[in-house]
Amino acid sequence: MSVEVAGMGHARDEGPLRLAVPRGALLGETLGALDAIGIDTSEVRGESRSLIFETEGLTLVTMRPSDVPTYVEAGAADVGITGKDVLLEQHDRVVYELLDLGFGRCRMVLAGRKGDERMGESQRRLGMMRIATKYPRTAERHFEQTGRQVEVIEVKGSVELAPLIGLADGIVDLVATGRTLEENDLEVREEILECTARFVANRVAHKLRAREVDGLTAKLREGLAR
Amino acid sequence: MIHPIPPGTRDVLPDEMRELRRLHLAMIEVFESRGYGEVSTPAIEYDEVLARGDGRTAASAYRFFDERGDLLALRSDMTVPIARLVASRYAGAEPPLRLCYLANAFRAVRPQRGQMREFAQAGVELIGAPAPDGTAEVVEVLEATLDAAGLNRAVIGLGDADLYRQLLTEFGIEGEARDAVLGRLAAHDLVGLEVELAELDGIGDEQAATCIALSQLRGGKEVLDEARSLGGAAVERATARLGETFEALVARGVADRVQIDLGLLRDLGYYSGAILEVYDPALGHVLGGGGRYDELLKRFGVDLPAAGFALYLERVHVAQMEEEPRAGGES
Repeated sequence: MSVEVAGMGHARDEGPLRLAVPRGALLGETLGALDAIGIDTSEVRGESRSLIFETEGLTLVTMRPSDVPTYVEAGAADVGITGKDVLLEQHDRVVYELLDLGFGRCRMVLAGRKGDERMGESQRRLGMMRIATKYPRTAERHFEQTGRQVEVIEVKGSVELAPLIGLADGIVDLVATGRTLEENDLEVREEILECTARFVANRVAHKLRAREVDGLTAKLREGLAR
Repeated sequence: MIHPIPPGTRDVLPDEMRELRRLHLAMIEVFESRGYGEVSTPAIEYDEVLARGDGRTAASAYRFFDERGDLLALRSDMTVPIARLVASRYAGAEPPLRLCYLANAFRAVRPQRGQMREFAQAGVELIGAPAPDGTAEVVEVLEATLDAAGLNRAVIGLGDADLYRQLLTEFGIEGEARDAVLGRLAAHDLVGLEVELAELDGIGDEQAATCIALSQLRGGKEVLDEARSLGGAAVERATARLGETFEALVARGVADRVQIDLGLLRDLGYYSGAILEVYDPALGHVLGGGGRYDELLKRFGVDLPAAGFALYLERVHVAQMEEEPRAGGES
C-alpha cells in the first residue's frame, strides 16, 4: 500500500479544531488574520506564558514556526500556520497546504560579501562553493537544480557571521527588509524563492473534520480578501 | 551491553506481542470467516519479478546479490507478491480467488522521522471479481476487520485512481506537465497546484478551478452531484463509477462509514478505478488503504480484475489503544 509509514501520531476528534500558531515574526500578522475572522486573540497577545489558549470555536496552540509541520503531521494540531520556508525545508512532512495567507512575505536568497568574488573564485578553482545556512535542504535543492556543487554548512545562529570570518563563501538565508545583510556588508546575489505564510492541515483532520477545516479555510480566505 | 539494531526496525516484547497476536488473530478470523485463505510468501524475491508489478514507484529499497550473483529484493508490499503467486500457483483455478495475509514488508525510511523500515501489514486480495461488486466485498471485509479491532469509528475514504489522469488528458495536458500537476494533487499542495496550473499553456481559469474544486470534494453521496456540476467526460466517468460502487455498498449495507473523496490519490502505479484509504479519528496518520488494480495481474500473464486492502498492524494497534477508554465508557 502506498502510504508512507511514519511515526505514530495521536489525532484528536473532539472539541474545537486545534490551530498551531507560530510565535516569532509571523505571530502578529497571524493574530491579525484570526481577529479578522472573529477569533478573540487578546489572551495570546497578553502577558500570559501559557502555550494553549481556548477561544470560541478554536483552540490556539503557540509554538516555534519550525515545529508547526511536526505537530500538524502527527495530528496533535489539526491545522496550523507557518512559513513556506519552513514547509520547504521540511518538505517530507506530510501536511496539506490549503491556503497562501500572503503575509510574512520574505525572500530566500543567496548572499555574499559586497565586492567579494570568493564564491565565483571557489566555484572555478575548487569546483564547489561553501555555503552556510539554516536551511540546508532548501539550499542543497537549489544548487542541485541549478547544476552547481556546493558544500552546505548548517549553522543554527546568525548565519551572516559565516562569510565574514571565513567559514563559508556565501550564505543562503531568509531576508525580509535586507537590513541585516546591509549591516553586515553582505549583498543579495541570487533570489531563490519568495516565501509567505501558509495555512496547512493534518491529512486525517482534513478528511474527518472536513466541514470545519473547509469552513476555516473559507473564512481565512475571505478575511484576507477584505 | 547495548547492541544496536538498524533504525526503523524494532524488537517486540511479550506484553505488546500478546496484544498484537490477539489483534492478528481477530483479523485473520474475519478474513477466514469470509472465505479468504491465509498465504505466506518469501520476504525476498527476484528483483526482476517484483519490478514487473510496478518498477516505477514500488521498487524495493533493499536489493542485494546472492551467492550466485542473482539480484534479490525485499518486498515493499504484499500485493505484488500475491499477484506473482496467483499467476504461478493458481494458473488454472476458477476465479474468484480469495487470499489474505499478515506479513512484514520493507520500505526505505527518511532519517530521523521515526519511520519503520520493516512493518506488518494485514490485508486481503480478491482476484477475479470485477467492480463494482468486488470492490464492495472488499470494503465489507475491511469494515468487519475494523470492527473486530474495536475501531468502529473508523472511516473509509473512497476515490477514483484514474480521475485526474483522465481529466488532465481531457484538458490537453500530457507528459511532464501532467506529472507535475499530479504530484501537487498527490501531495495535496493546493497553493502549488494553483501556481502549477496557472503556468500551464492551454488551460483556462475555469479548468484550473475545476481541478482545484474537485480535489476538495469529500463527503456523502451528494459530492457526486457537486462533482458532476463541474462537468467534463473524465468527471462523468469517475462519478458514474463511484456512484455504482456506492450503490453496491448500499446494497451490502456497508455504505455508512464510507466517505466519497474526489481528492484521493494513491501513489502506487498499479491502481486503477476505486481506491481506498482508512482513517480513525483517534490517530493522525492513515491506517491503511487499498483499491482496485485491474491491470496488475496482466503483467504476470493472468488477465483478471482484482481489488484488496492492507492495514498497518502497528498503527491499528495504536488506534485500538486510543479508542479503548471510549469503548469502555460506553459499555
